Amino acid sequence: MLDFRYSRPTSLGEAVALMGSEPDAQPLAGGQTLLPVLRARLAAPGRLVDLGRVPELKGISRSGDTLTIGAAETHAAVAGSAVVKAAIPALAALAGGIGDPQVRNRGTIGGSTANNDPAACYPSALLALGAQIVTDRRRIDAPDFFTGLFSTALEPGELLLKLELPACTQARYVKLENAASRFALIGLFHARTLQGHRLAVTGSGTGVFRWTEAEAWLDGGGAVEGLMDIPLDPERFTGDLHGSAAYRRHLVRVAAKRALALGPVAA
Amino acid sequence: MTAIARNFGSSVRRLEDKRFVMGMGRYVDDLIFPGQTYAAFVRTPYAHARIMGIDATEALGAPGVLRVLTGADFAALPAMPCGWMIHSRDGEPMRVGERRVVAIDTVRHVGEAVAVVIAESREAARDAVDLVQVDYDELPAVIDVAEAGDEGRPQLHPIAPGNLAFDWELGDSAAVARAMETAAHRITLTLRNNRLVPNAIEPRAINAQWDPIEERLDVRMTHQNPIGMRMFYAAAYGLAAEHKLRMVSPDVGGGFGSKAHNYPEEVAVAFAAKLVCRPVKWTAERTEAFLSDAHGRDHLTTATLALDADGRFLAIEVDTKAAMGAYLSSTGSLIPTYMYATMLSGQYDIPAIHNRTRAYYTNSCPVDAYRGAGRPEAAYVVERIVSLAARKLGLDQAEIRRRNFITSFPHQTPVIWEYDSGDYSAGLDQALALSDYAGFPARKAEAAARGKLRGIGISAYVEACGIGPTAILAKLGGGAGMWDSAEVRVHPVGTVEVLSGAHSHGQGHATTIAQLVSDKFGVPMDSISVIQGDTDRIQAGTGTYGSRASVGMSATARACDRIVDKGKLIVAHLMGVPADTVSFEGGIYSSTATNQTIPFGEMAFAAHAANAFPTAEIEPGLVAQSFFDPPNFTFPSGVHVAEVEIDPDTGVTEVVAFSAADDFGVLANPLIVEGQIMGGVAQGIGQALWEECRHDPETAQLLTASFMDYGMPRADSIPELRLGFGCSPSPSNPLGMKGCGEAGAIGAPPAIINAVCDALAVDHVDMPATAERVWLAIAGKAA
Repeated sequence: MLDFRYSRPTSLGEAVALMGSEPDAQPLAGGQTLLPVLRARLAAPGRLVDLGRVPELKGISRSGDTLTIGAAETHAAVAGSAVVKAAIPALAALAGGIGDPQVRNRGTIGGSTANNDPAACYPSALLALGAQIVTDRRRIDAPDFFTGLFSTALEPGELLLKLELPACTQARYVKLENAASRFALIGLFHARTLQGHRLAVTGSGTGVFRWTEAEAWLDGGGAVEGLMDIPLDPERFTGDLHGSAAYRRHLVRVAAKRALALGPVAA
Repeated sequence: MTAIARNFGSSVRRLEDKRFVMGMGRYVDDLIFPGQTYAAFVRTPYAHARIMGIDATEALGAPGVLRVLTGADFAALPAMPCGWMIHSRDGEPMRVGERRVVAIDTVRHVGEAVAVVIAESREAARDAVDLVQVDYDELPAVIDVAEAGDEGRPQLHPIAPGNLAFDWELGDSAAVARAMETAAHRITLTLRNNRLVPNAIEPRAINAQWDPIEERLDVRMTHQNPIGMRMFYAAAYGLAAEHKLRMVSPDVGGGFGSKAHNYPEEVAVAFAAKLVCRPVKWTAERTEAFLSDAHGRDHLTTATLALDADGRFLAIEVDTKAAMGAYLSSTGSLIPTYMYATMLSGQYDIPAIHNRTRAYYTNSCPVDAYRGAGRPEAAYVVERIVSLAARKLGLDQAEIRRRNFITSFPHQTPVIWEYDSGDYSAGLDQALALSDYAGFPARKAEAAARGKLRGIGISAYVEACGIGPTAILAKLGGGAGMWDSAEVRVHPVGTVEVLSGAHSHGQGHATTIAQLVSDKFGVPMDSISVIQGDTDRIQAGTGTYGSRASVGMSATARACDRIVDKGKLIVAHLMGVPADTVSFEGGIYSSTATNQTIPFGEMAFAAHAANAFPTAEIEPGLVAQSFFDPPNFTFPSGVHVAEVEIDPDTGVTEVVAFSAADDFGVLANPLIVEGQIMGGVAQGIGQALWEECRHDPETAQLLTASFMDYGMPRADSIPELRLGFGCSPSPSNPLGMKGCGEAGAIGAPPAIINAVCDALAVDHVDMPATAERVWLAIAGKAA
């Protein structure tokens, strides 16, 4: 690990100011990706701004049909939250399946969202549910937020504050795991939203995306079994050590079939 | 008289665990000497390259940097030795590619050290590594053992054309050829034994300190054989005179064989400590462990089994290409030869066996002993081809084995070993009962109703442990004796110190040795200290590997017997009776000539006080030593039964049941043995389903260099194991022990793959049977 300066602000104002104070400041959430990257000397930020003590990034609440989760809430907090379990039980189940207890007690929903790892779980939920990502500057719709591998619409110094999700009890997340890392080899989040079926895929290798052909098929009353034959763009898939593109593409169909067959998560 | 419960053979809880569970273990990295400095290695990012130049100017100018040492600084040291001489079929000695402590002009695997930085802090050393400029001229690399010997491949060492280290054979090829001709069935199978990374929890570490006045070198190193390493460092490298070289291995956080070897990094650090005249410490990072801890396995084998019309084995012919990596590691040449081909008879009476092993250099980390070390590779070949033969002949997996079992002992195989004892049919019966083999069809049907493919697989292994009989090893090319020693010291108050030449890296010796001594003397376990791993206290020993605790335990037992016998002479004088009337039982000396009794502790006091017996006839004091060299290996055996369920949609294999019926002879502590089986089976399941060291086929870059990419087995992937034990005592040591440390890793892989093949009704699936590989097999595509 290379030397860096470290700040731990206690208010959003202080955090925003620190982020703006130097060009190579890097926000630190749960550190589940950033710290290994620093250990491997693959990044050299001048300053780490630890967001763990910023009260504005905390809290899980529901107002009407909107579930709001602070960016600094841990996976364990999301998994264990009665509010989340009531509003979007599939999201609580997804959070409870990330990594292991140590990861879940450190890693945060905001950190995972901002990092946009192509094998992370949360982005598929946010995309399928139609979440809004609230930053210190603006609100961003999920489809506009996730722009590719490890890249998002966040601008330099912009801080993710919270996530707003429309409540949805008709949802399921199915993850088929990479045997080594237990990241998603393929993860599929299915939600029945006011706009219809939404199926978002993570783990394909090119970044989270919606399987719109399958959504249209289901919205048109198509049978679940038919998903095995619905077009699925091969360009969305790349292969690696853990699974070829063809295998991953096949797994999307399996995961979709299972998500729909399993029905909603019990609250 | 109070009866003292027997400790040896009972499930005593481990004495070591309190400090480990409470985080109070003491490892090499915990030790900081006054004036401590730190080493960090500059490692090549290329698998094969010439070093055109190294510029350390910037690194030397960095804060805290003391020295930057390159290959030239170590040029006076001899090359790294391989301790086992193998001769090729044509009689030529193996071709040893020169491995320098630090590479001088050529690097041959990613991660090979090209320089070492010594600095005031770990961070300063690591920072400076990035400042050392190395100019490489990259060369083409070869990684796949299948093609390493092909014409036109890059050659690693000038001495080894075709990258061939040796072309060795064992057995009677003519007899095998004759049997093949007349056989009713010939079953051929080609399989890979996947390369593994050992992954001990504690990475390699050393802290070395040089005293220039006394010319003493004090080395703290995590190792399985510290006494052997002292000899190496003194005799091979001349780092210090042996009597002035202290080697200490404190608590060792696992090794699986990978810490039994002699590594260049540790030699470099010990040498650097002399150059800087300050203590130098190095602890490998996890990535360095992946890159430089000797790997295991990596065989490509084609085997043919000949059977008669009744399914009886007539002969087996085996042709193996074994990857050695870039260099021959300490015992690298031994593993695919005498630790492998000698086991190809398995539990079976096979009249003719022939094996050819071609060992090739490849641009990878060297390969050496890893839990099982040759025996898992052999068991995998034999047990896979036996199950394939059962499938082809329409025989039950259990029946074909039973029909071919060796039934009388000792049994001379056609491949050197003489098996000592066993009851293979009893082991099979126990395994079939544990696994409810008879109930499998119902379970398969029930799984099918849930849409799962259920399969069952049997493996019946035998292995050679308790290495080793020195005379036999010498004939096979071994360079050093593998006896072991113990010294037992009884204090005046009857407490006991045992100095053992073995060294625990997780086996629980402090408990099992205390159990043994407690029974021998009739003293409580908490009156016994077991001391290991410090050459200033223990003079002789050859370490712990190859499931050889029986050797050191036997030395301990004999030393204890000598104490007891001396006690009889002392007691005879104290009682005024003839020595041959004195006996010792349960901690009490008694005599048929008197009603008087003397407890062990009182005898011990008398031995030290020495005022009640003639010291001219009986020397005062109560210390005994034994060096035990077994007459033969021990041959543990077992039958493992795996049951898997496969999800046909995804190819994911779940191990739903695993039974192991093992015969390790006499068990010192069943609780510890069960732990060894569980750990070994977990590693075996890991090899069968997830673990694989993979390289880029062109650049030979290690692709699985972290736990994100290398699939380790985890607790939630391993079912509750059903364990059972037979007991065929080994006649080769006074305790009847055989050894258990490697059995799980030997028996489990073929059992799992046999179960996968059974579930899929296919001839073969290579390890690891990853989800995609199984999915492809289901889809009928090439796996």
